Amino acid sequence: MNMKTRVSAYTLSVALIWSSGALAQKAEVLHWWTSAGESASVKVFADQFTKAGGTWVDNAIAGGANARTAGINRMVGGNPPTMMQFNTGKQFDELVSNDLVRDVEAQAKAGKWRDIMPKPIVDATVRDGKFFAVPVNIHGQNWMFYNTKVFADAGLEAPKTFPELIESGEKLKAKGIIPIALGGQPNWEHNLFRAVVVGHGGADMFRQLYGTRKPDVVKSPKFKETVELFGKMRGLVDPGSPGRNWNDATALVITNKAAMHFNGDWAKGEFIAAGQTAGKEYGCTVVGQEPKLVIGGDVFVLPATKDKTALATQDKLVEVLLDPTSQLEFNKKKGSIPVRMDVDVSSMDVCAQKSHAILKDPANQVESMEILSPPNFSGAMQDAVTQYWNNPNMPADAFIEKITSAMRDAG
Amino acid sequence: MDTISIRAPSMPSGGTKAQRRVKTRLPAAIALLPTALIVLIVYIGCMLWTVRLSFTSSTLLPKLDWVGFAQYSRLFANDRFLTSASNIVIFGALFISGCLIIGFLLAVFIDQNIRGEGLFRTIFLYPYSMSFVVTGVAWQWFLNPGLGLQKLVRDMGFESFTFDWLVNQRMAIYTIVIAGLWHGAGLTMAILLAGLRGVDKDLWKAAKVDGIPTWRVYTSVVLPLLRPMVVTAVVLLTTGVVKLYDLVVAMTLGGPGIATEVPAKFVMDHLFERNNIALGTAAATIMLITVISILAPWVYVRYVRPQGRHA
Repeated sequence: MNMKTRVSAYTLSVALIWSSGALAQKAEVLHWWTSAGESASVKVFADQFTKAGGTWVDNAIAGGANARTAGINRMVGGNPPTMMQFNTGKQFDELVSNDLVRDVEAQAKAGKWRDIMPKPIVDATVRDGKFFAVPVNIHGQNWMFYNTKVFADAGLEAPKTFPELIESGEKLKAKGIIPIALGGQPNWEHNLFRAVVVGHGGADMFRQLYGTRKPDVVKSPKFKETVELFGKMRGLVDPGSPGRNWNDATALVITNKAAMHFNGDWAKGEFIAAGQTAGKEYGCTVVGQEPKLVIGGDVFVLPATKDKTALATQDKLVEVLLDPTSQLEFNKKKGSIPVRMDVDVSSMDVCAQKSHAILKDPANQVESMEILSPPNFSGAMQDAVTQYWNNPNMPADAFIEKITSAMRDAG
Repeated sequence: MDTISIRAPSMPSGGTKAQRRVKTRLPAAIALLPTALIVLIVYIGCMLWTVRLSFTSSTLLPKLDWVGFAQYSRLFANDRFLTSASNIVIFGALFISGCLIIGFLLAVFIDQNIRGEGLFRTIFLYPYSMSFVVTGVAWQWFLNPGLGLQKLVRDMGFESFTFDWLVNQRMAIYTIVIAGLWHGAGLTMAILLAGLRGVDKDLWKAAKVDGIPTWRVYTSVVLPLLRPMVVTAVVLLTTGVVKLYDLVVAMTLGGPGIATEVPAKFVMDHLFERNNIALGTAAATIMLITVISILAPWVYVRYVRPQGRHA
C-alpha cells in the first residue's frame, strides 16, 4: 500500500464514520416504565429501533406524575425529548392546545389507524380530526383475577355478576379465606368501584358518570343499587387492606390466601413472576351482566420541532412502535394487548386472547376514566370513593351527595 | 451617647464614621448579594407567583386570568382540605409537645452520668438518621394488624389483643404521631442534653445545700435556663410539621379514606397529579398565611419590640 492509497483509505474511513454518525438517528425517549416487566417491554421498542438503524436513548423516570412533570417542563422550556409517554386520555390535552406536540395524521392515514384500532382509543388520541399521539397498547382495567384452587376447594364457580360475587364472597369468608384481596390505597379502591359501576351499572352509566357528568345519572335507583353493592364489598376485604400495595394484594391470591383480586391486566406480571400460568393456577374474567372491558393504555407523543433530523427520527419511531412484530413482543411483556386489532394474538396467553375476543365487538369497548374525565374530576371522585369505602357507617346517599358536588366543582 | 464620644477621638483619619462603615461593610454586602438576590427572586418571587396563581383558573399549565376567591371557596368546601387542616393541628400539637417531653426526659436520663452513655445517646439519636420514608415504611409494617405488633402478640397467645390504629379511621393520625415521635425525639434529646451539660455546676451545689429535691431543680431552675435550646428545638420541629408529607405518603398514603391527609400532600396531589394548579396554590397560600400568622407575633416579641425599647 503506497502512501497515496493509504491516505485515501484513511480519508474514506473517516468519511464513512462521519456519514454514519450523521445518519444515526438519536432518539431520546422519556417514559415511566421502570419495573422489571415494564423495562423489559420497552426494551423491545429500543431493540427494534436500533435494528432500524437508530440510537435509542432511554430516559426512564420512576413514577408517572414525576415523569410527566419533568417532560412537560422540558417541552414548555423548549428542550423536549424526541418522544414521550403518556397514558391514553386527557393528560396531553393542553400540550396539543398549546402547539407543543406535532400531529401524526399523515402516518395515521397511511397506516389506516382508524380501521385497525378500537374506536375509544382512536377518539382518545385524535384532537380536531388529527392524531396527536401514537397509541401502542390496550390495557383492560376491570379484570377479576381469581385463584382456581381456592374456588375448587370451596366447591364454587367464579362469579359472573356482582350479586353472585357477594354471595360466594360470604361463603369464602366463612371458610377463613380472604374473599377480595384489595390494595387499600385510594386509587385501587377507585379502580374497584369503577369495575362495579361498569359491571353492574353498565357501560352507559359508566360513560355518563365519568364522561358527561350529569348529576341525573347518580340520582337513578340503579346507581344507588350499584353503590350499595360496592358498599357490601367492604365486608369482603381483610383488616390489613388499608394502605397495602397492589402487588402485595396480588400476592395474596398467588399464595392461596385470597380468592379474588380486581386489577388491570398489568397484574398478570406478578402471576408470571411467581411462575403461574393463566388458566391453570389463576383465572381471569370480567364480572358483570355482559362482559364490558374498560380500556385505556399508553401512547407516545412527539414534541413539536423544526429540526429535520429530529422529524425524520420521530417518523422512524412511529414506524417501529406500530410494527406488528414489535407490537406483539412488546405487549407480551407488558401484559397488555396490541393496539392493532389486526395482529394475530394466538401466541399470547389466554387472558390476552380473552381480552382480544371481548374487544372484537365494539359494543364491549368502554373508554377508561383517564379518557373520559379530567384529572381534576377523577381526583375528586377518588376522594369520595375512598371516604365511602373506608367508613362502613357512611350511607350510600351521603356518598352520592359527594359525587354530585364533585361533578359541580369539576364543571 | 457616651460610647461614641469616647471612640470618636481615637479614630484614625480617613473619612467620617458613615464612610468607614460603608467601607468595612462593602465586602460583606457584596458577599451576601447573591444570597439576597436568590432569596428575593426565588423565594419571595415564587411565593408571590403562587399567591397570584391561586386567584386564577389554571389547570395543567399556569394561566393568568382572574377568578377572585373562587378557588378559596372551593377549598373550604373541600372535605379533604378540612380534614388535612385539622390533622396538621393534631399532629403539630402532639408531635412538638411529645418530642419536647420525651426528649427532655431522655436528656435528663442520660444526664445522670449513667454507664454506657455513648451507646444510649447513639440509640436515641439513631432514628433521626433515617429518612421519613424509611421511618414510614418500617412503622407501616410494624403497626399493620396482619403483619406486625398485633399479630405478634396474638401469636404469643393473647388472642383478643387488638391494636389496629393504622387501619382505623379515627386513630390513624395518631400512628403518624407515634412514628414522628420515634423519629424526632432523639434530636430534641441531643439539643436539650447539650443545654443540660452547659448548666453551671454551682447551681446544683447551691440547690443541694438548700435541700431542694432534684426534680424541682430540673423543672424550676434548669428548664428556664434551657429556654434557648427549647426554642431551637421547637423551630426545628415546627418546620418538620409544616412540611409533613413523606411520612404520610410512606405510611398511609393519606388513608384509610382521607383520615391522615395533610395540607402538603393536598398541595402536591393537586399540583402534580390532578392538574389543578389553582386549587393547589390556593391551599399553599393558606399554609403560608397560617405559618406567617403564627410566626409574626413571635418575631415581633422576640426581635422588633426589644429593639424598640432599648433604642
